[in-house]
Amino acid sequence: MRVLSKLMLAAAMLAGTVAGANAQDKTPVKLGAIEILTGPNSRYGIAIQRGFDLALADINKAGGVLGGRPLALAYEDSAGAKEQALNAARKLIGRDRVPLILGPTLSNEMFAAGPVANERKVPIVGTSTTANGITAIGPYVFRTAMPEADVIPVTLKTAQSKFGIKRVAVMYGNDDAFTKSAYDVMKATLEKLGIQVLTTETFGSKDTDFSAQLTKIKGLNPDAIVLSALVEAASGIALQARQLGIDPKVFIIGGNGLNSPKLGEIAGASADGTIVGSPWFIGKKDPANQAFVTAFREKYGDSPDQFAAQAYDTLFIVAKAIDAAGAPDSEKIKDALIKVKHTGVMGPFSFSESRDPADTSGVVVLTMKGGKFQLLE
Amino acid sequence: MLEQQLVNGVVLGATYALFALGFTLMFGVMGVINLTYGVYFAVGAFAALWSTQALGLPIAAALPLGALIAGVIAVAIDTLLLTRLRKAKAPELASLMVTLGATLFLYAGMAASLGTEIRRFPAAVFDGGAYDLGAVRIGTTQILIFGAAVALVVALMALVRGSRLGLAIRAVAENPDAAALMGINGGLMLRVVSFLSGAIGGAAGVLVGLNFNAIQPFMGEHMMLRGFAVIIVGGLGDLRGALAAGLLLGFAEVLTAAYVSSTFKDLTAFALLVATLWFRPLGLFGRAAAKRA
Repeated sequence: MRVLSKLMLAAAMLAGTVAGANAQDKTPVKLGAIEILTGPNSRYGIAIQRGFDLALADINKAGGVLGGRPLALAYEDSAGAKEQALNAARKLIGRDRVPLILGPTLSNEMFAAGPVANERKVPIVGTSTTANGITAIGPYVFRTAMPEADVIPVTLKTAQSKFGIKRVAVMYGNDDAFTKSAYDVMKATLEKLGIQVLTTETFGSKDTDFSAQLTKIKGLNPDAIVLSALVEAASGIALQARQLGIDPKVFIIGGNGLNSPKLGEIAGASADGTIVGSPWFIGKKDPANQAFVTAFREKYGDSPDQFAAQAYDTLFIVAKAIDAAGAPDSEKIKDALIKVKHTGVMGPFSFSESRDPADTSGVVVLTMKGGKFQLLE
Repeated sequence: MLEQQLVNGVVLGATYALFALGFTLMFGVMGVINLTYGVYFAVGAFAALWSTQALGLPIAAALPLGALIAGVIAVAIDTLLLTRLRKAKAPELASLMVTLGATLFLYAGMAASLGTEIRRFPAAVFDGGAYDLGAVRIGTTQILIFGAAVALVVALMALVRGSRLGLAIRAVAENPDAAALMGINGGLMLRVVSFLSGAIGGAAGVLVGLNFNAIQPFMGEHMMLRGFAVIIVGGLGDLRGALAAGLLLGFAEVLTAAYVSSTFKDLTAFALLVATLWFRPLGLFGRAAAKRA
């Protein structure tokens, strides 16, 4: 009897330790993140870091990944310099041996760091890199940021279906790669939607006088002005359009450059009616988004922006991929990422074949009222 | 539409002329290409913006204050940078290089302390308003800019041609050494001219800031290229020429954008510049080897 009970006890203890070894592997799964944490563009990197940190806390509170292992992030500062981003990628892969890298912040930095990660077969996931050609770097380069080319068609389609626009004037800044590439998308989309372009006017990104172009546009009586510009020029155009007496009903349809609170601050009521598309909006009413905004404000005493929201979703997407992969292994995570489906604060998300965001149903169209953007109802 | 475009052209041209007046005055009298001129344009605008926001001044007081501050800073910079060069009778290239360096320094300093985002005067400061005359619409600030450009040309011409101070200034411009022998305080005259040109630049910055609502540290940098075109087309140091060339440039740009293509707008300005240098190298009203001021 005693022998038997001792045996049973031993067996139970043995089973206990074995089970414990499985359930209690608490070694953190450490991922790398390269962001701009210092310097003039640090506000982007810090917003992203806050989004990651908030998601990290939520994920770990819910039990981490791989059945109880906490997720951890090793941050490297790129300071906005592509050389530094490149070195950070080398360090994270070589010394920290992370299975996956998040970031970098800027497209230019990704063009430097991406090829290194790709060569070493470590997946790298950009949350804010919207330039053309990012994911063409290689099969290990992903991005969760929605390129402008996906947002503009949604904006124009909405303008057509909601306001029945048929004839538009187009204006774009022709000395800036960002505004020019958005214009190319606008042009192609307008053609596809069968909206007539009455005239295409250009300006320089540093111009302050747009009266000649706007006078010409006024004479053509368009339904709307489709505008690809940085926010400074866009504000000047909105102000001068109203000064010249262009009917406020002739509203501006903007590219991503206009999606900035500065537009309302500078142009005031002249910008009212302007519509833009955005991958995310702070005032989206779904509960997930509301919870995110509240939690962010509580933790940081500041409102989240689009960069924070994209980062927040991205860490959940990556955590799901790690769980699906079953191990913190670069190759397995890469294969799992492409299959992940996640509905977060940005809306439904999945990767396309080319490792870009596949779903544009999360795009919201905003309209300006009283100098502030709100959801277009 | 043509009428409106002509108005647009006059306003844009007056803007260029207003900017170029102080620049050409500085060049004509002091014989210095002072590249810091673009900085005074922004200084005037920021000083006026600050005085409306922090001191609550109305624009009628903020405009002269902005001009005054820009003028004082112009004197300080001119004294600091160019006194030694004048003493050493350094060639023009030296002053060009020194002021280029100072300009980069000042722009960087302003960008660091004021930020690069654009600002505008609070809408309450100046009730722009606009007049509709048939098919044409003219804003109050636009009338103000045109009026200021014409008034300044008349006032400066009267000063330079018709007053003892103007005579002294012209004497210094002609021959500093001979002027000094006649008992003219050359240093003082240079300071007066520096102050005037800085103040004109500053006032231009305030008016342009009011009209285009785009105040930022680099606002003068963009104007400098046009300013060069205007003073070369108009003739270096020629006040009437600056007004005429400013208007010509404004018309050329606006009409190109309206009837050819907005893509060629900038091209026109510089085509005009090159054509002037080919056919009338001394400018519209240029006469050979005569000192003008």
